[in-house]
Amino acid sequence: LALKLNVLKRGQLAALSIAAVVIIVGVPLWWRTTETYRAWLPVNQINELANLQLQLSADVEVVFARGTVTPEQQKKVPLTQTQDEEHTVDEDTALRYRYETKYRTATIMEEDALNQPTAAEADLSLHTLSESPCGSLVVYVIPESSTLLPEDVDVYIGQRRTALLRIGAQMRVGRTLEQLLAHLEPRIKQVLQVMSFSHTDITAALSDRVRLSPGNKESIADSMRAFKSSPGYEITFSLLNPDPKSHRVHWDIEGAVQTYIQPLLTKLAPLANFSIDSQTLYYAMLGVNPRYDSSRSAYTLNSDSLAHVINPVEARLGSNAASSNPVLNFLLYVPDAHHSPLHIHDHKKQEVLSNAFHSPRWGGIMVYNVNGFYGPEAVFPVDININMAKVMGVFLAQLRLLLGVQSSAPPPGFLVAPCSSTGLADWELDRLMWSRTVENVATATTTITSLAQLLDQIGNIVINDNIAQQVSSAVTSLQLAVAELEAGNLGFALQYSKEAILASERAFFDPSLLHLLYFPDDQKFAIYIPLFLPMCVPILLSLLKIVSEARQKRRERQAKKD
Amino acid sequence: MILSTTLEFCIFIYLLIFSFSYFTLHSCCLLYLCFDNAGQFFSSGHTNNWAVLVCTSRFWFNYRHVANTLSVYRSVKRLGIPDSHIVLMLADDMACNHRNPKPATVFSHKNMELNVYGDDVEVDYRGYEVTVENFLRVLTGRLPPSTPRSKRLLSDDRSNILIYLTGHGGNGFLKFQDSEEISNVELADAFEQMWQKRRYNELLFIIDTCQGASMYERFYSPNLMALASSQVGEDSLSHQPDLAIGVHLMDRYTFYLLEFLEDIHPASKTNMNDLFKVCPKSQCVSTPGHRTDLFLRDPGSVLITDFFGSVRKVEITMETINLTDPIKQKPKQKDWHPPDGFILGLWTLILLVFFKLYGMKHLKHIF
Repeated sequence: LALKLNVLKRGQLAALSIAAVVIIVGVPLWWRTTETYRAWLPVNQINELANLQLQLSADVEVVFARGTVTPEQQKKVPLTQTQDEEHTVDEDTALRYRYETKYRTATIMEEDALNQPTAAEADLSLHTLSESPCGSLVVYVIPESSTLLPEDVDVYIGQRRTALLRIGAQMRVGRTLEQLLAHLEPRIKQVLQVMSFSHTDITAALSDRVRLSPGNKESIADSMRAFKSSPGYEITFSLLNPDPKSHRVHWDIEGAVQTYIQPLLTKLAPLANFSIDSQTLYYAMLGVNPRYDSSRSAYTLNSDSLAHVINPVEARLGSNAASSNPVLNFLLYVPDAHHSPLHIHDHKKQEVLSNAFHSPRWGGIMVYNVNGFYGPEAVFPVDININMAKVMGVFLAQLRLLLGVQSSAPPPGFLVAPCSSTGLADWELDRLMWSRTVENVATATTTITSLAQLLDQIGNIVINDNIAQQVSSAVTSLQLAVAELEAGNLGFALQYSKEAILASERAFFDPSLLHLLYFPDDQKFAIYIPLFLPMCVPILLSLLKIVSEARQKRRERQAKKD
Repeated sequence: MILSTTLEFCIFIYLLIFSFSYFTLHSCCLLYLCFDNAGQFFSSGHTNNWAVLVCTSRFWFNYRHVANTLSVYRSVKRLGIPDSHIVLMLADDMACNHRNPKPATVFSHKNMELNVYGDDVEVDYRGYEVTVENFLRVLTGRLPPSTPRSKRLLSDDRSNILIYLTGHGGNGFLKFQDSEEISNVELADAFEQMWQKRRYNELLFIIDTCQGASMYERFYSPNLMALASSQVGEDSLSHQPDLAIGVHLMDRYTFYLLEFLEDIHPASKTNMNDLFKVCPKSQCVSTPGHRTDLFLRDPGSVLITDFFGSVRKVEITMETINLTDPIKQKPKQKDWHPPDGFILGLWTLILLVFFKLYGMKHLKHIF
């Protein structure tokens, strides 16, 4: 009997120890080996970023020239005013615009500069005196009697960051400084809307984050036309020669790019990297047959058929296989001898002066007629040198449109200086930088928050250390970018926002984040039950038996006691 | 006095009415055209088109799936989408298969009328590269950095994407290359990730498999429209066997879809409601289904060419920049290279000196 008890006890001990090993060692081991490696992510900071509160600060300096303020008022000026404008875009996004206006009187050198005969020369000499930093503006208030501006023009917007504002007629007689400032304030705001950021621009830049109801048609067209912010762009210039037997076309594309396009791209260097290439395509026809118009004795392409021109050509254009940057294509088409001259007509059947058209987010095509260069008795093939200045003028204008430089008409009474040789005014660059920074910040926050949400939802995705590091650096850059925007340092804000976008895109599109581990619950049961059930059932049953025996013994002991 | 006779008066009135009506009609027409163009520009909201065409089967007896995909590829190319915007995934083992009596061809009609393989097919993922993982990577954009441009879906928030899947499927899954499956939940999640990253403006999803409607049941992202060749519980049937080739050439749904698409040209105005009517039960034996509740626009206003073709929006360039005299340039400094033959001469000199110094007997070891 003692032996039997011993055996029984040994059996119980065995069952208990197996159960102990399974629970203490087995379950944690199984848990640790089947869990996925998930590095730590700064989830709190990401959730903070989901609620975007942007503050854009612009510095405006208002300089009073001689004749606009009386000597007593001159003593009260200089002063500084700060204005805030709050806008709530939606429940997650809020904007605040802060304008810091500093008033002062002009120095002697600035007075000399303003004494120039024309506004353009005044602008040039003012620029040589001092250079305003990125994102700031200087407005020179000139007296009403000044001859710098023509009669009907009140505001002249220069090529750099200066504007000349003519005081209104009603401010001539006996007014106080407060009245003067009150008169100037709305007009300066109007200038700011043109030269610095405007609410429509900024909300358009936030379109990634906020799907707004369509505003007016112009703003939709603008947002559809310009390329989205990208760290790099590829520009390809193609010469299409469908008739090499008649025309031997030469174009000095390298020189032209160096002279005309490169200055603009150098100016845009803080925004993105640009790479340029060029090619010549022979026997490349337009996909549309032009119609002969006998009244103008020329072939015409009307605006409806323009849409079908691009597709047959695009198949032959090719692109750089190594990069995934968006491509801007600029095509120069030299019509064949039988279809020359070829003119493009708009909706009203009028000839288009530039003889060019562009397609949103794709590029532009220009038709260059060469039949004027040779007479009917010429020997084919004729050598033709293309006037690159004319061609590049058109391409530059198209490039500006496609990159998002707004071309909306200025308000009445405004005179905008013609484009400088680089093709881009400093304030236009500032506007681009404002909208690009906001766009980058909005896109990066959306990417990071949706990545965090995705990783939270799908518990099976492995989060490697490099992804966590990219996410952390993206969050840091975003916080810095928002801080720099608040402080008004546009250059640094753009740089940080670019870093943020790069890091967030790299994290979101990392190849290791692929969720292929979709396990519905019934599949999970089907896998684990055949493995664990046969093992667990004997242990559980023996444990139950031990418990029931212990209870029985206790009952027996109770019975014995009684 | 001028209009003395009634006849002259009548003619005058007639001419007046005629010219007036002609004028108003003409201006109305012009206005309508203007508005139509502008309306078209803004109504669809897309600037480029992409297509992802996937055939998920391999082996000779699944000839019809490859023919399906290639026929859609041809239509989409004909209507204007260039190869750079099409991601074509095929097992590509039909044209050069040992059993193909006409090598280098894939036919889609009986009597071998139409060779859809042609000589300008650009297959981006072929053979064993057609996997669920690659398909999801293409959709979500999570490709390794070494992937070339032609294998990527580089769409943006203004792209309309057409996705066409064909193969063998079941209730809630689609079989890839006889070895793995993609479930409808994974597909819906992939589309949601595309939406989060704004990788499409509108998406049209067409699937031609058995029980195809189950694949679009789980979609939950906005701006998705889906068409399937059969409902849950039904099989999609194939169209016609060709006795010379020995296999079925096409599936019914895609066959009638192609007949419909052959009538479409880049300027046509047919809309999605006509596409929903393609292949009724009498022709298809299965009941095609569609889902439009996630799509924002009314299907009657969506043109077929919004997805199958690539009609570009154009704007006339109104302004140019006056570029005056070019800046005088310094001639570009070319790198200096020593004159030709100099290096050859230098080496000959060195060798001669060496052999003179150490004796000519070393020369025989070289020559």
